[in-house]
Amino acid sequence: MTYTQADKNRLRWRSRRGLLELDLVFELFLEHDFDQLTPAELDVYQDLLMLPDIDLLELVDGKTDTTDDRLVPILTRLRHWQVAKKQ
Amino acid sequence: MANVAKRQFDAVIVGAGGAGMRAALQLSEAGLKTAVLSKVFPTRSHTVAAQGGISASLGNVQEDKWEWHMYDTVKGSDWLGDQDAIEFMCKTAPEAVIELEHFGMPFDRVESGRIYQRPFGGHTANFGEKPVQRACAAADRTGHALLHTLYQRNVRANTQFFVEWMALDLIRDADGDVVGVTALEMETGEVYVLHAKAVLFATGGAGRIYAASTNAFINTGDGLGMCARAGIPLEDMEFWQFHPTGVAGAGVLITEGVRGEGGILLNGNGERFMERYAPTLKDLAPRDFVSRCMALEVLEGRGAGKNKDHVLLKLDHLGPEVINHRLPSIREIAIKFAGVDPIKEPIPVIPTTHYQMGGIPTNYLGEVMVPKGDNPEVRVNGFYAAGECACASVHGANRLGTNSLLDLVVFGKSAGDSMIDFIKRERPVHKPLPENAADYSLSRIARLENQTGGEEVNDVRSAMQKTIQLRAGVFRNSENMALGVKEIAEVAERAKRTQIKDKSKVWNTARIEALELDNLIEAAVATMIAADARKESRGAHSHDDFQKRDDDNWMKHSLFFNHDRHLDYKPVHTKPLTVDYIPPKERTF
Ligand SMILES: Cc1cc2nc3c(=O)[nH]c(=O)nc-3n(C[C@H](O)[C@H](O)[C@H](O)COP(=O)(O)OP(=O)(O)OC[C@H]3O[C@@H](n4cnc5c(N)ncnc54)[C@H](O)[C@@H]3O)c2cc1C
Repeated sequence: MTYTQADKNRLRWRSRRGLLELDLVFELFLEHDFDQLTPAELDVYQDLLMLPDIDLLELVDGKTDTTDDRLVPILTRLRHWQVAKKQ
Repeated sequence: MANVAKRQFDAVIVGAGGAGMRAALQLSEAGLKTAVLSKVFPTRSHTVAAQGGISASLGNVQEDKWEWHMYDTVKGSDWLGDQDAIEFMCKTAPEAVIELEHFGMPFDRVESGRIYQRPFGGHTANFGEKPVQRACAAADRTGHALLHTLYQRNVRANTQFFVEWMALDLIRDADGDVVGVTALEMETGEVYVLHAKAVLFATGGAGRIYAASTNAFINTGDGLGMCARAGIPLEDMEFWQFHPTGVAGAGVLITEGVRGEGGILLNGNGERFMERYAPTLKDLAPRDFVSRCMALEVLEGRGAGKNKDHVLLKLDHLGPEVINHRLPSIREIAIKFAGVDPIKEPIPVIPTTHYQMGGIPTNYLGEVMVPKGDNPEVRVNGFYAAGECACASVHGANRLGTNSLLDLVVFGKSAGDSMIDFIKRERPVHKPLPENAADYSLSRIARLENQTGGEEVNDVRSAMQKTIQLRAGVFRNSENMALGVKEIAEVAERAKRTQIKDKSKVWNTARIEALELDNLIEAAVATMIAADARKESRGAHSHDDFQKRDDDNWMKHSLFFNHDRHLDYKPVHTKPLTVDYIPPKERTF
């Protein structure tokens, strides 16, 4: 789909999660990566945000691996923003 | 009234965490038309973060009694908890947990098939004699399991969810009764009036007023802000629990369950220092006590690391089996946020803001109670609160781990029952809305739209977080807190002039964050002023210049009024419902 500014803002809001661990990662991702995503990547990001927090965290942590190849590029970017690197 | 759409319900619940959803279930199952508002999808509420468990004296692993649980909770609260509410919660706990099991919550089990219980800080057998296993858990996903279970039940019971709606203000009529809320639908940017016979707040805590917090960004204390602006006082806001084991630098929490399973704290010299402070309970002493001991070790130069600014949580002696099996996500957190593998190395930890003991004043029925004339507790008709935003008060000056999830389900349910009763007996039809029900909220939004030459929301939020962190942290003294009162008043002035660049209508996250800041500020001001005023040390409020608990002068709840920022006090409830009063003792462990 195509993304208006409002659609993008919706995804920004949905990046607010119930777990601090995710907030810390998404905060950096939104600041640095989000605006560069292509519509196709935004589609994938939207799907990723539908996951329950705990499952999402396991993916971002790299604790579970995904069989869905589409998710890999976004997950790689998210994993890049590990908080330990910020310090 | 300006062009504002209205919708009518029997009950409106703000918040879809454990407390809000437990209350909603009660109301929907009673056939009442119930709306639940949430800023985020319900199962992404902050309850999802709870890993450790929920307490109940089931006695499945070791002998246990609710009277012992009550004793631990009163003692944990440092005698600021209301003993009627504490009795109610501890006595109801086994039934509440078994009810969750029947709802389908996947608890861990012992071989016989009964719910497994693990040890947790502050839980003892026989009135403080020895630790007891009282925490029921669903692996380390207890909060997640609770939310999913309650959400499914609510969907089945036809609860109407308003997801990505933000409540803005409480609507009170000329009698002071609560008749609804105003709310912003994020998808359209429209403000609505939700007209109700009864309203419940279950908006969670305001942990984001601190710079170092285990809380997710969503915990902005909206219920507190809405109350403060509507003339409802906030109770015991000086009491914030610092979790002993936040990962140094990141805030991310390492659950107490880790110490329950045998993890121990070491100072920079490799000494198990808790043996010195708490010979019986050691690393499993209550959180405030452990936090203070950790801070003392660091202050006295026995911290670990290059800057000697933290202590260490050691797990390697438990073996990879236990770590991988019972504490799977802890290992991930340590690797990711601390850069250490706990199978081999200890985790650097510091005390981190975790839980808000204070909040909206309620009784054990979930009714909001405020002073009127000589009576310190008069019901606000039509208004209820439950969960972390409420102060029942069961946690008093310090909460016991796993007592919060219990609080959510016990008081969520009792508040739901009280609302059903109120609607049936006293409010069978809606009370009319005041003429100008939405004007106040609309004027707050208009102010934001039109503000020029103002302040950036992020700047004001950081200033607030820095002030509260520095002036109302683990160690408190008179000089520091007096400065804090002055500084936070200045920050609050700045918050009145926040401005946003994005003026778009739909999904305007800048506007939402500005409105959240209004709520955070109320909680921060209340915290700072109430902390500065309390000239004693009790539970989580540890005052360097008044190091002892002072029951003669200070065994009382504080009430903060926003309009003129004054404090009032009300007595602690010393009469339990059926058992004998548990008189104050010095807390030793
Ligand atoms: C990391 C961590 C671990 C924890 N572990 C445990 C544990 O093991 N055991 C235990 O007992 N306790 C634990 N706690 C504490 C416990 O999880 C919380 O106190 C509890 O979950 C709070 O639940 P709640 O229902 O009051 O609020 P929340 O779950 O925070 O939900 C608040 C709800 O209100 C909504 N909301 C807020 N403002 C608005 C608004 N303006 N408009 C609309 N909706 C709004 C939100 O969207 C959300 O749905 C832990 C806390 C943390 C931070």
